[in-house]
Amino acid sequence: MADSTAPYRVKGDTGEWEVVVGLEVHAQITASKAKMFSGAATAFGAEPNTQVSLVDAAMPGMLPVPNQECIRQAVRTGMALDAVINRWSRFDRKNYFYADLPQGYQISQLYHPLVGPGEVEILLDDKDENSVKQIGIERIHVEQDAGKLMHDQHPTKSYVDLNRCGVALMEIVSRPDMRSPAEAGAYLRKLRAILRYVGSCDGNMEEGSMRADVNVSVRKPGGEFGTRTETKNVNSVRFVMAVIEHEAKRQVELIEEGGEVAQETRLYDPDKNVTRSLRSKEDAHDYRYFPDPDLLPLELDEAFLEECRSSLPELPDAKRKRYEGLGITPYNAGVLTAEVETARWFDALLDAGAEPRQGANWVVAELFGALNRRNETLATTGISPVEAAELLKLVADGTISGTLAKQVFEIMLETGDAPSRIVEERGLKQTSDTGAIDAEIDKILAANADKVAEYKGGKPQLFGFFVGQTMKAMQGKANPQVVNERLRAKLD
Amino acid sequence: MSELTSKTIAELRDGFRSGDFTAREIAETYNAAVAAAKTLNAYTVETPEDALAAAQAADEARGNGDPGALAGIPLGIKDLFATRGVDSTAGSNILKGFKPTYESTVTANLRKAGAGMLGKLNMDEFAMGSSNETSAYGPVLSPWRRKGSNVGLTPGGSSGGSAAAVAADIAPGVTGTDTGGSIRQPAAFVGICGIKPTYGRCSRWGVVAFASSLDQAGPMAKTVRDCAILLEAMAGFDPKDSTSLDLPVPQWEANLSSNLNGKRVGIPKEYRIDGVPAEINALWDQGIEWLKDAGATPVEISLPHTKYALPTYYIIAPAEASSNLARYDGVRYGMRAAVEGGLDDMYGATRAGGFGAEVKRRIMIGTYVLSAGFYDAYFTKAQKVRALIKQDFRNAFQQCDVILTPTAPSAAFGIGETTDPLAMYLNDVFAVPASLAGLPAMSVPGGLDGQGLPLGLHLIGNELDEQMVLNAGLAIEERAGFTARPEKWW
Repeated sequence: MADSTAPYRVKGDTGEWEVVVGLEVHAQITASKAKMFSGAATAFGAEPNTQVSLVDAAMPGMLPVPNQECIRQAVRTGMALDAVINRWSRFDRKNYFYADLPQGYQISQLYHPLVGPGEVEILLDDKDENSVKQIGIERIHVEQDAGKLMHDQHPTKSYVDLNRCGVALMEIVSRPDMRSPAEAGAYLRKLRAILRYVGSCDGNMEEGSMRADVNVSVRKPGGEFGTRTETKNVNSVRFVMAVIEHEAKRQVELIEEGGEVAQETRLYDPDKNVTRSLRSKEDAHDYRYFPDPDLLPLELDEAFLEECRSSLPELPDAKRKRYEGLGITPYNAGVLTAEVETARWFDALLDAGAEPRQGANWVVAELFGALNRRNETLATTGISPVEAAELLKLVADGTISGTLAKQVFEIMLETGDAPSRIVEERGLKQTSDTGAIDAEIDKILAANADKVAEYKGGKPQLFGFFVGQTMKAMQGKANPQVVNERLRAKLD
Repeated sequence: MSELTSKTIAELRDGFRSGDFTAREIAETYNAAVAAAKTLNAYTVETPEDALAAAQAADEARGNGDPGALAGIPLGIKDLFATRGVDSTAGSNILKGFKPTYESTVTANLRKAGAGMLGKLNMDEFAMGSSNETSAYGPVLSPWRRKGSNVGLTPGGSSGGSAAAVAADIAPGVTGTDTGGSIRQPAAFVGICGIKPTYGRCSRWGVVAFASSLDQAGPMAKTVRDCAILLEAMAGFDPKDSTSLDLPVPQWEANLSSNLNGKRVGIPKEYRIDGVPAEINALWDQGIEWLKDAGATPVEISLPHTKYALPTYYIIAPAEASSNLARYDGVRYGMRAAVEGGLDDMYGATRAGGFGAEVKRRIMIGTYVLSAGFYDAYFTKAQKVRALIKQDFRNAFQQCDVILTPTAPSAAFGIGETTDPLAMYLNDVFAVPASLAGLPAMSVPGGLDGQGLPLGLHLIGNELDEQMVLNAGLAIEERAGFTARPEKWW
């Protein structure tokens, strides 16, 4: 297995090249069910042009009014990324003509963004706590999304759907701190996890609530930054990684053939796994950014910031450290905190009284194994944290053995019944009744006199055979510890 | 009943309330007057049925003893305001036939107060102009003519239809909008009153945007009192406009007083500029005397950045306009040129055909000053100068309570006489600084020039102090005794 912390290098004819990656992530503020400036609804998949207000359609004389909830969510997101929150920010207009942009400009924030520098911590190796790397966040600004053109509705005409027009986005701009597709993948997954913990964005890349513009350049390791290309609107972690890999190779080949990388905007074609040029720097729009005179600057007061701060949940890194403090292995702590649903489920399990280490092992090994096998998720399974805690407690207090617990769990998955009921109804309770155990042991020793002789003659590994036979005779319900004790008493 | 059209809004209101005449009589009289004055081209749409419906409601409300502040008063509405179901075109071909499904906040406020609508008033296209000659509906003729001449004069602009309608007695009061003098200059040209309130007093929601940071709605009417009455009904906080002021509307009419004892009137020395006719400077001096007579003390003040106001305005206003007018692209409403080719061809043909020359000129200027490489030299610099101009006024209002200047550097000019855009822009040289500073300002008629044309005096108040502006205006109105009316020729 390759060492995932070894530097990622593109091998060219002239030696090794390093790739430099920065990501601009557009995250829809799904916490708000209303648009950024118009109050119209934002439900995904609605019929075209049914979620459009007069403001979204840019009717004459219409004015934008900022949605406070969107501002609040962007501030909370900034805080979760340890970022500077700018108490004074402002909206700017980005001017360009396109049929999906009714105003003829996008309201965004160029000069004074809401959120300044912050950072995201990633692990280069899930199993190695020391493989930490900080990815810098340059800024987060809030802006409106555009509508979309539909070219497949009519042979010669294009249709416009303005449902997405005006939807609130956070643009989270990273520094060019990533050096491999894997780092970019780890960053995106971590960022997505944080957004979902905060609740500002559901991180749903299939529905377009999160997408990335991927900036890639190559250089000789440690050298000057090369010219970058920007691949727009990449909508999965896998595709982002593919774009980086592809772009890095393409750029290295281009340079080594004596060419130059053009600063340009590119598009990714996932079917062919290639990027192609969309427009060059020369064709780039002059967006004529200027402060939007329809909107006052945003000024945030301390009470607002305090509310944002105090409403933040425990975030993945803090939670992972807390779990480790409870004796949970770093690997398990990482797995349990990677997704907010898992962490919430596990916290509920702890709240229901489960022992942390036992609980973590069981969730990661047993529960996830079963969910994978059954093609289920925590959201769809009928197993509740309270029932799971009950099952673990039955093992911990010796009521059932670990082997029996697996059986009980399978029955829980099938029937949805509570573990105590299953144990009760099916008579699966473990017994420590020494009388019954002794009686079975005596029978087994008598029936296997030859093995007893071998054991006593110097084959201690046969002890396990006697344990197994006894457990089998007891239909798995004997307390293994008691079986051990009684066997030792009789054999040794 | 024709004497009804010579009454002020206050007189109509009081007469209606005391039962001297009905709202229906007022509406019918005005509807007839509007229909008979088509020559002036003041109205782009007439809505007699709207005025009658409001009158009927007013008569019924009076019967119930609870008529609104403007019950029985029919008004003319500048075409820049969106009025539900009625053409609202900003004087432009690109919006020809556009009937909004919504009503602007200002006109909704007026309707709530009981006012009816006589029709939509002609204006310079997108409020860009000082003569009403840029309108897609053709120029408005001022009811005024020079002594012994029948040359058609402009009523000023951009609220030219509004001004002409009041002066010609085909509306007792009207709405105007003022971005850089568009209420005050036409009011001065036709001998009526017009006030632009503090930026943010009147909601901009539903008013077609020209330059968002400057646009303000305001009333135009025969008297200072009428302006106070109308402004009270138009103004008020509107959560749909982020720049709207969240403040209660003062009782401007009830607090009208021409007693200016203890008040100081600032006379800015920088407004004595070359090329202004002596008659205008003489009227200005007369205005100072009138305010002294009302109890005020004149003080010389300095507004040192005045000379930069006009160039600053002609960077900021076109910059905002170039962006505000991007939405008129032929995609969703209004005109769309039938053209072969793709989206860019459609944009080009639509905007080339839909906008007039002056609008195109300003879009070009605005696009230029916002362009990469020019932004700092023009737009950023202009924003800085604007801040200095605001500071000039802040300093000045440490020394005075209201500022008096002429409204415009000339009387009304003839249609087609001013062809140089820069000469046209100079019309607003006295009006623009108050716009850049967002301050309340008013034009009040002061007298006639040698050719028998009205001249206005201009009062600029401190932020939110419309009352001071109105009171000083009232003091001038009482002393000027301006009763001249244009001789009816239309």
